[in-house]
Amino acid sequence: MAEKKQFHKGKMVPVPSVSIIPERDLDKTPILECSHLGIDFGGLTAVNEFNITVGRTEIAGLIGPNGAGKTTVFNLLTKVYQPTRGTILLDGLDTHGKTPAQVNRMGIARTFQNIRLFNNLSVEDNVKIGLHNQEKYSMFSGILRLPKYWRQEKAAHERALELLSIFDMQDLAGHQAGSLPYGAQRRLEIVRALATNPSLLLLDEPAAGMNPSETAELMENIVKIRDTFQIAVMLIEHDMSLVMGICEGICVLNFGQIIAKGTAEEIQSDPTVIEAYLGKQQ
Amino acid sequence: MSFLNNAITGVSLGSIYAIIALGYTMVYGIAKMLNFAHGDVIMVGAYVCFLAMGSLGLPPLAGVLLAVVVCTALGIAIERLAYKPLRSAPSLAVLITAIGVSYLLQNSAQLLWGADTKTFTPIVGTDQESRLWLVPGQLSISYVAILSVVCCVVVMIALALFTGRTKMGKAMRACSEDKGAAQLMGIDVNTTISVTFAIGSALAAIAGVLMCSAYPVLSPTTGSLPGIRAFTAAVFGGIGSIPGALLGGILLGVIETFAKAYISTDLSDAVVFAVLIIVLLVRPAGLMGKYVPEKV
Amino acid sequence: MKKKLNKNSLNGFLNYGIVIAAFAALQVLIGMGRLSNTLQSLLVPACCYIVMAVSLNLTVGILGELSLGHAGFMSLGAFSGITASILLQSAIPMAPLRLAVSMVVGAAFGALGGVIVGVPVLRLQGDYLAIVTLAFGQIIQNIIMVLYVGVDSRGIHFAASSKRFDLAPDGTAIIKGPMGAVGVQKLASFTAGFVLILITLLVVQNLVNSRSGRAIMALRDNRIAAESVGINVTKYKLMAFVTSAALAGAAGALWGLNYSSTVASKFNFNTSILVLVFVVLGGLGSIRGSIIAAALLYVLPELLRGLGLDDYRMLIYAIVLILVMLATNNDKLKALVGRVIPKRKGAVNNG
Repeated sequence: MAEKKQFHKGKMVPVPSVSIIPERDLDKTPILECSHLGIDFGGLTAVNEFNITVGRTEIAGLIGPNGAGKTTVFNLLTKVYQPTRGTILLDGLDTHGKTPAQVNRMGIARTFQNIRLFNNLSVEDNVKIGLHNQEKYSMFSGILRLPKYWRQEKAAHERALELLSIFDMQDLAGHQAGSLPYGAQRRLEIVRALATNPSLLLLDEPAAGMNPSETAELMENIVKIRDTFQIAVMLIEHDMSLVMGICEGICVLNFGQIIAKGTAEEIQSDPTVIEAYLGKQQ
Repeated sequence: MSFLNNAITGVSLGSIYAIIALGYTMVYGIAKMLNFAHGDVIMVGAYVCFLAMGSLGLPPLAGVLLAVVVCTALGIAIERLAYKPLRSAPSLAVLITAIGVSYLLQNSAQLLWGADTKTFTPIVGTDQESRLWLVPGQLSISYVAILSVVCCVVVMIALALFTGRTKMGKAMRACSEDKGAAQLMGIDVNTTISVTFAIGSALAAIAGVLMCSAYPVLSPTTGSLPGIRAFTAAVFGGIGSIPGALLGGILLGVIETFAKAYISTDLSDAVVFAVLIIVLLVRPAGLMGKYVPEKV
Repeated sequence: MKKKLNKNSLNGFLNYGIVIAAFAALQVLIGMGRLSNTLQSLLVPACCYIVMAVSLNLTVGILGELSLGHAGFMSLGAFSGITASILLQSAIPMAPLRLAVSMVVGAAFGALGGVIVGVPVLRLQGDYLAIVTLAFGQIIQNIIMVLYVGVDSRGIHFAASSKRFDLAPDGTAIIKGPMGAVGVQKLASFTAGFVLILITLLVVQNLVNSRSGRAIMALRDNRIAAESVGINVTKYKLMAFVTSAALAGAAGALWGLNYSSTVASKFNFNTSILVLVFVVLGGLGSIRGSIIAAALLYVLPELLRGLGLDDYRMLIYAIVLILVMLATNNDKLKALVGRVIPKRKGAVNNG
């Protein structure tokens, strides 16, 4: 990449890199506040007493052994499951009783652990579906192809290519999404999520199945996305180099409970975390 | 009294539906396909029994046995020739094939046995004498009704024992849970599916004979409407569930009979299907089915 | 990128082209007197089936939900359209206009049926949705079988049985229960069928290539992902379902006004299945496939009638159906075809 493009939320205009300063979240309310969040599946408590706050432009990591309930937390945040207990505040607004689609419109977008693309559609259409709620013309304008249709379709087309260019995927726009290689599918999922104009992006194992160099590139891109869109990112990941490398706050989950919270250094030296991962030392 | 009479008619009709519904439900449970040809296997069973008793002059029991044997063979043949090659095909392709098989059976029957309606010779008497009078002159049960209910109960108990106790029955349950895992455990999935079709088709033969004994008209399309109704019964009870098929079948028979008696003869179908829709809205997987949401 | 957009519209224009060319060719044949009466009588029903197939493809191929009751909407359209045409006889003397209005009424009733069945049904998934559409088709058929509609100097009369049907002696009975609609003035024409096909193509193709159409296809490909990007599941499922039902209603009205009498049992489960067969054989999601399959598969068996194969007609049909399904889903055969014709890059099911 010879010249690095800078992105701004909503529009593609350069933003000064000095805007990315550690203290940026001071005096601002957090984007996400979970308190006493929990869910039971027929007597089994999958997640309990999950309390967390995520800053407006923070990159937060959610880690833990397999089966700790990490994806369940994402499913709670996106309302795939309705929580049994507790509240989720997004930008100060309660998401209680909302559907997954409504929560997305409120500002949470996500990717999936097992990739869920619209496989029979083109790459560009996948992104345009992400732009669905930003296009405003009605079904009838679409069928009758009124001027509004042409205007907004053109804008959507341009915006889709612009978003795809984050990962240098604009040349793949006409390809069928299902035929893309694995890594490209993961990146397309991120682009699609970004297209919905979120304020909080949830990434479920974004580096799964990637080799170290791809992971390194992904790390750069996640930071780039945060910097240019000025959004919060929360990610689940097993690749510790990624988590420790870019996450400003890390939360460790085991058996549905938070066992530690803190910066990378704090987590790495926490005895309970070491025990959860490696077992008790004899 | 008329209420009780209707209830008896409903339960006996429902027992026949339940036996047919079992065929649908077992096949759906294991092969995840809607076997629309099942109704026409009923028709073939009835024809075989009719011809065996009429042209060959066999006794009723021999006629029924012959029908069971022929339908079992037919069921296995259909599965092997038409459905097995489509094991990995999209479900819609299998559905269309099943419809093709249904047309094939109907039209073959028409060519072989003629399009005219035949009067079926009931395997047990249906006249006024061959009834069991509970309250003389008022409440009675026909022998066919008793036979239907007994058959249904026997079939249910036999199937419950078969799926619960035998090795093949366990293999069946394993396959309906997860075919891939069952295969890895050394279960022969193809044989298991064939056995399921065989059992379903044998039951269809019995149901066909019972149905035509109770309502003695026989034509190449005899099976299609009871087929659709029994399929409804299977969905009603929760498709894939054997007790569900029993419950759904009986309920459907009772609702149909009562609708005919108290609402309108002409609207009975509409009532039955309206009840089905309402049940599904309250319980999206039927009365005894398990609703499994997609895992994210 | 422009290339792909063009490809989609090209595909759409090609479909219009095929339909217009076929219409023009048939008109020339009729003008030259080369088309037998039997064939001419098949033109309007063929148009109806093409519209039915394309509209069902919207539900099955594009929305991805199996519907086994499409003929129910056709039935609603047919009987409401017939009723409208008789009621409007004096108000609109011009036959083509009355036909158009009747088709709009048919479409409206089809859409209404679509909403009534769609709102509760679309909460269900997969085979359960299919069985409820089947049930709905049966209910419609059953209700129209007992419905009596007539008009006299006092207004319109509805009744659920012949006994309660008190029509003044000067009145006209429009729908007479199991006998269906009788004494209908045949307003339908091949041109009307042709126009209806063009409208159907316009609606379905433009819908598919719009924001709404993408949302519908997103639901088909992955419902959970579609929800996660903020797509309202019920709204778009209903949109596809109701549009499809409205088009089927219009086709039904055209069908009803093509015959002097129509019975409700014409629109039974077998008709729904027949249309589904057109859609599947034409290719799920392929509009052109639906048009061609419906036209060929409707006309060919009818032509076989004349060849003395009448007894074997349906048998042959059934065997061909099974063999086609087995052949098109045969992995070895697919691999062979794949080697001969390399798969198009980035093929998108919009044709």
